[in-house]
Amino acid sequence: MKKLFSKTFWQERDVEMFIGQQLRWGVISASVIAFIGGIIYLYSNGKGVPSYTEFTGAPLYVRHLPGILHGVFQLDGMAIIQLGVVVLLATPITRIAFSVLAFAMEKDVLYVIITLIVLSVITFSIFSGFGG
Amino acid sequence: MSILVFTLILLLGAFAAGLLGSLTGLGGGVVLIPLLTLIFHVDIRYAIGASLVASIANSSGAAAAYIKEGITNVRIGMFLEIATTTGAIAGAVLAVYTPTHLVAIIFGVVLLFSAAMTVRKKNEHADTQSDNKLAKLMRLNSSYPVKGEIIEYKVKGVPGGYLLMTLAGVVSGLLGIGSGALKVLAMDNVMRIPFKVSTTTSNFMIGVTAAASAVVYLQRGYIDPGIAMPVVLGVLGGAFVGSKLLVKINTKWLRLIFSIVISALAIEMIYNGLMRNL
Repeated sequence: MKKLFSKTFWQERDVEMFIGQQLRWGVISASVIAFIGGIIYLYSNGKGVPSYTEFTGAPLYVRHLPGILHGVFQLDGMAIIQLGVVVLLATPITRIAFSVLAFAMEKDVLYVIITLIVLSVITFSIFSGFGG
Repeated sequence: MSILVFTLILLLGAFAAGLLGSLTGLGGGVVLIPLLTLIFHVDIRYAIGASLVASIANSSGAAAAYIKEGITNVRIGMFLEIATTTGAIAGAVLAVYTPTHLVAIIFGVVLLFSAAMTVRKKNEHADTQSDNKLAKLMRLNSSYPVKGEIIEYKVKGVPGGYLLMTLAGVVSGLLGIGSGALKVLAMDNVMRIPFKVSTTTSNFMIGVTAAASAVVYLQRGYIDPGIAMPVVLGVLGGAFVGSKLLVKINTKWLRLIFSIVISALAIEMIYNGLMRNL
């Protein structure tokens, strides 16, 4: 972490490598979580019949983070898969947050502002309640 | 068909979608939605949710590889993301009021357009002459390496590009695809950014655009774990293998065959939309 805040680290464009690493870890951990959840899900539901022809929507408890986390602690396969999905969604959003930092280190005020606008648009979408 | 069999077949299908998506640069969504709706008879709303998740997986996976080469223009990407994310949220809201058969028709039209974009002539050369004030003000001009040489390029058509990006965002939010074809059109044809830069920058943007609307879809229940799981794993596996193959094979014929297949799927989607089967 000390390296993260040193000046040369950011100047040498290692920051791009760091962001690349962060993306890779995000994707890898998302798929590992989804895989584990998938095994549990198939073990308990594998013999059932898929019903996706009519749209009823995913179960209510996997539509928001508190419900997902609650399910994860009960080792519910669907909730664990959905946690993987949440990690995946968070990956590009985290990347934006890191970019704010990167532009700040470059003293690029204009792009700190632009990146913050993008971040607030996404935050707005999370809390707007458009999802109903 | 049991859930186990459904999952395994979908895993294979998603693998193929990820493979073709990364080889042709179209992303997994354009194959995934017809696959889910036309073959598995999955409601298009579940297909949209799954496709958004696949787009994010595809984009983040590939971006990690591209960013090392230093050709992604992060400033252009970030500036235009204001347009794509606002557009994406508008598209996701619009989706509630759009009947599904209309979504299928619009999807078919965008698919036809994407097919045409994969076989078009590309903007290979950098523009070094343009004197766009807005591009200068926003510091969008940059350089990229070509065969060891550093080539400078200048950007033009910034307002037009921004507008087209907003549309790309709306389409992405409405249909659940990365709409990479529209993004590349905005950057290649309007802003005259060299092809190599526009492709990687578009990929950089797809993940963020998709994440903006995916959150809304997650809350709405479009993202079902039973579909998301095989889709994420399959698309990622396919995209990974595709990126390894990409350096070894000539994609010219593949692109041509793929765009014919895509066009056929597009027509079937439009037909089913018009017949109100979807």
